[in-house]
Amino acid sequence: MAKIIVVTSGKGGVGKTTTSASISTGLAKRGLRTVVIDFDVGLRNLDLIMNCERRVVYDFVNVIQGEATLNQALIRDKRVENLYILPASQTRDKEALTKEGVEKVLNQLAEQFDYIICDSPAGIEHGALMALYFADEAVVVTNPEVSSVRDSDRILGILQSKSRRSELGLDPVKEHLLLTRYNPERVERGEMLSIEDVNDILSIPLLGCIPESMAVLNASNSGVPVILDEESTAGQAYDDAVARLLGEERELRFLDLQKKGIFKRMFGG
Amino acid sequence: MTDADVPAQTRTTCFELKGGMLTLTLLELHYFDLDAFETTLREKIRQAPGFFRDLPLVISLDKYQRPAAELDFFQMIGCCRRHSIQVAAVRGGDEDVKRLARNASLAWLPSHAAKNASAEAVPPAAQDHDQAPAAVAVELPQTQVPEAPASTSGSATAARVITQPVRSGQQIYAPEGDLIIMAPVGAGAEVLAAGHVHVYGPLRGRALAGVHGDVNARIFCQSLEAELVSVAGHYKISEDLQGSCWKRPTEVGFRNNELSVRPLD
Repeated sequence: MAKIIVVTSGKGGVGKTTTSASISTGLAKRGLRTVVIDFDVGLRNLDLIMNCERRVVYDFVNVIQGEATLNQALIRDKRVENLYILPASQTRDKEALTKEGVEKVLNQLAEQFDYIICDSPAGIEHGALMALYFADEAVVVTNPEVSSVRDSDRILGILQSKSRRSELGLDPVKEHLLLTRYNPERVERGEMLSIEDVNDILSIPLLGCIPESMAVLNASNSGVPVILDEESTAGQAYDDAVARLLGEERELRFLDLQKKGIFKRMFGG
Repeated sequence: MTDADVPAQTRTTCFELKGGMLTLTLLELHYFDLDAFETTLREKIRQAPGFFRDLPLVISLDKYQRPAAELDFFQMIGCCRRHSIQVAAVRGGDEDVKRLARNASLAWLPSHAAKNASAEAVPPAAQDHDQAPAAVAVELPQTQVPEAPASTSGSATAARVITQPVRSGQQIYAPEGDLIIMAPVGAGAEVLAAGHVHVYGPLRGRALAGVHGDVNARIFCQSLEAELVSVAGHYKISEDLQGSCWKRPTEVGFRNNELSVRPLD
């Protein structure tokens, strides 16, 4: 039985697509058959981050509307085995995603895959609702600042009330918090919320904490999911998050302030 | 008459007349048609069976726009009786309505608009939920939140117990009794109750107690960080709350004609 995981946040620009790319890559690297779907119809980005934008022929909306078969639209990742991408349409609008259409595609994917990752668009409108509706689990991506936390709180409420699981009275959607762009130095200075602050407001289990890192931007620009950059702290933190998603226990890393050398301390560097 | 005489005298009289403030359920009538009336009533009862048993009901005509001749109070009383609801009075309408009510042995009350306008502002959120197409609309808003497993008990003054966090954008309403929330109430969330509101966690959103006008209702929370607190329509916003009780266990009640915020510890 395939597991459907939505990557969502409410707020835009917090790292949903980066997270979708890294989590799906991480799962596939562990040998799990994984497909990642871009639900951001009209503003597709996932194909850029996965570096497959030149190979898009058919897309999610084509499949829903019967203009292409699923296998025609699925793009196989060149770096990692067992990983497929279903890109969004850039030319349609989000209303093209019907509940019946999405369900049909997900059911077909469930026959071939172990994990289906749904990369949600920002906001709480139709596209975001379609991305989360069929989810079994949700990764709520949050930046350590108040407006992002507020929007995550809102999306958690929607997960509880508007998802298929809530409508059918099944077990609720399993919620995971993923903090991204965490900067211990700025937390120390009180410019950023700490993990404790965020947890106090959202009170859901923490899946991981991704430190702010230049590697993320570099990886996006070069079309490599940052999890493949094993040297970077962000890549390692994503790997920890994937491990935790699969039930492994791993300690949180990269949360402590870098020890400064004596000279830096003396000169306030 | 000296003070000492009073108790002796009250003991001998058959009864006394006293003033009392009661909370009653209003049936806001839009138009009257027996079939539509009964269908809608049955639907409302299905949503909250315990609430309606032996319920005294006041038929309000504030939203009624049709001729008085179409009002058949006997049919309404009969229909309500069949569902063990007691129609007690009619509110609003002109002299004709008053006469019709008297004929049906119903008490008559002046209309809402004529009375104090402050009560109008009591449940701001509840009004959003008014569903126009129904023939009658007993105010029973639906919340967006699935009921927590340990939700309503079967008792007459059913309290609502919520065990999950109330998130931004969610609204939880206890139309009959108290609302007990054993989790945080997030900023941008709203919790409303006819009775008291208890929050065993931080209260960061809005809390409204006594939304039907019960000034004895109170709000209790473990940490007051609210955007707004209101008892029977008298409210304070976050700015007014930044004093001694902020982020502390707090009780909010209506005393000496004003909203008072007191620390619990």
